[in-house]
Amino acid sequence: MKTAAGIPKSFTTLSGLPIAPLYTPADLPPDLPPPPGEFPYTRGIHPNMYRGRLWTMRQFSGFGTPEETNERYRYLLSQGQTGLSVAFDLPTLMGYDADHPASQGEAGKCGVSICSLEDMEILFRGIPLGRITVSMTINSPAPILYAMYIAAAEQQGASPAQLSGTLQNDILKEYIAQKEFIYPPLPSMRLVTDVIEYSTRHTPRFHPVSISGYHIREAGSTAVQELAFTLRDGVEYVEWALKRGLAIDEFAPRLSFFFNAHNDFFEEIAKYRAARTLWARIMRGRFHARDERSWKLRFHAQTAGCSLTWQQPENNIVRTTLQALAAVIGGAQSLHTNSLDEAYALPSERAVTLALRTQQIIAYESGIANEPDPFGGSYFLENLTAQMEEAAQQYMDRIDEMGGMIAAIDRGFPQSEIADASYRYQHSIETGERIAAGVNAFQDDSNAQIEILRMNETSANLQTEKLRRLRTRRDNGSVETGLRALRSGASAQENTMPYILDAVRAYATLGEICDALRDVFGIYQERSVL
Amino acid sequence: MERRIRVLVAKPGLDGHDRGAKVIARALRDAGMEVIYTGLRQTPEMIVNAALQEDVQVIGLSILSGAHNAIVPRIMNLLHERDMSDVLVLVGGIIPDRDAAELKQLGVSAVFQPGASLESIVSFINENVRFEEMQVSE
Repeated sequence: MKTAAGIPKSFTTLSGLPIAPLYTPADLPPDLPPPPGEFPYTRGIHPNMYRGRLWTMRQFSGFGTPEETNERYRYLLSQGQTGLSVAFDLPTLMGYDADHPASQGEAGKCGVSICSLEDMEILFRGIPLGRITVSMTINSPAPILYAMYIAAAEQQGASPAQLSGTLQNDILKEYIAQKEFIYPPLPSMRLVTDVIEYSTRHTPRFHPVSISGYHIREAGSTAVQELAFTLRDGVEYVEWALKRGLAIDEFAPRLSFFFNAHNDFFEEIAKYRAARTLWARIMRGRFHARDERSWKLRFHAQTAGCSLTWQQPENNIVRTTLQALAAVIGGAQSLHTNSLDEAYALPSERAVTLALRTQQIIAYESGIANEPDPFGGSYFLENLTAQMEEAAQQYMDRIDEMGGMIAAIDRGFPQSEIADASYRYQHSIETGERIAAGVNAFQDDSNAQIEILRMNETSANLQTEKLRRLRTRRDNGSVETGLRALRSGASAQENTMPYILDAVRAYATLGEICDALRDVFGIYQERSVL
Repeated sequence: MERRIRVLVAKPGLDGHDRGAKVIARALRDAGMEVIYTGLRQTPEMIVNAALQEDVQVIGLSILSGAHNAIVPRIMNLLHERDMSDVLVLVGGIIPDRDAAELKQLGVSAVFQPGASLESIVSFINENVRFEEMQVSE
């Protein structure tokens, strides 16, 4: 067994913020944050936090056909999970049907394949959409999946006004980090704004965008970059919605956020505290929101997939537990805990159950949920929170100077900042400056004996066959009419949502609707930043 | 004069997670190789064409989406058809052991799974690249 090299020479957070040998009262910021529930909500958005209501335990899940995923959802709900979160496969994320040549080998692999309203109906069969909240991780084609969701709920007898849940619909972080984009930035931002506007009018309990730092962090950013780029993306969405003519307090209370929960325990807690503080100030100071619900940053957290290791996979249970603990202490409204086998494959049922139990043990056994912001007032944590705020503010100011996030993306600014940070991180693992247990230290030769979920290779064929039957059964005349109307609505700067809903209800497929929009908007090709 | 090794780092399939591909591309460049990065969503045809045009000795494929069994055989066939079987093909990503063995059967030189060190990839390339006779005498 190889052991670690010893004690590091410099002490910093995972993101490189310096840490003093000891923090004392002299390190506290001049003004300590007010109690939880009070502006700027550094210590939490509710006065009593989890005493009032625990966070939502929401495991991101989806694979194969909608039939298979529906079974997994019912299982998760039967095990005490309190919300659903849909993982779509790559063809769905990229706006292709399962039978498109680009989908070869990908349908049903990384998530569930959804090609039409028919698939959405199957996905939620027996799951009451009027009562269960559903989060959907979908971005470029978000308006279409949102329309399918509304239509599927209507068929169950649930009205749009009853629907509660979240659409990720955060296109900016796609250009910055995750790279699942279809259209160029400007028409994409228009689609995001279409959804925000439509949702504000018709699904007032729904969160039309989940402004996401998770993927920025997974792409290799630091915690400060995750915080700064995410909040600055939020500013961009707010500006577009205001330009559309919405009033700030009409839509801002329904904006939500999604952050990573990474390895550095205190840095992560400081990040969530700084996020709430900065957002509250932005909303009140920059956008003059008056409704206090507009000031409150609500967030979902997911433990860091990129921290999970292939070597000694059981260690991942411990990593996930620590990360989840940081998210809960940091005041998350909703949480996904990763499964131990995710460096290998999508999680097995057994692994995902253990990940859910991890949350349940934190919630019901650890005592952590008894007290809001238990580290509030800590010399170290308050100092770190202030450092995170300041560093993130500097990044946001730079992006303002560049002319906003779209201009910054055009220049490749966030992309190259992230690429640099991820290379530095990898270098520190390579040199042993940073320790990853089981990877560059404490290795052993024991082979992992864990059960791995093997994908059912028949999903693509099943989906293709279902599409073939759908295309013969549906009224193709009304599909054509719907798509034609969508093209002209999209060209005419109208809100595309009503057109997309009509096309979806006529059982136009995801690929057909995305193609209609490709005709109008064109596609985006990035200049790669190394 | 010593020739520099030319590597095409390619990202096939629909997946956009390019962190690994970019880190590898930089590491190979820092190790003195000439690196051409294709960018995202390259079809097997695009990758093989780029390899031909750029006259590379190595193709590094980054695949995290589980689509390797559909993508890699098509690339290997194209290389074979175009008489480019001497190009070293490396695959990196989430590739289960069982699949890694099958990919090697198809002619893939090495499969690097999560946690593989950059150094191990650099050394593998250095130790296994062979320049064609004609080109060495240039």
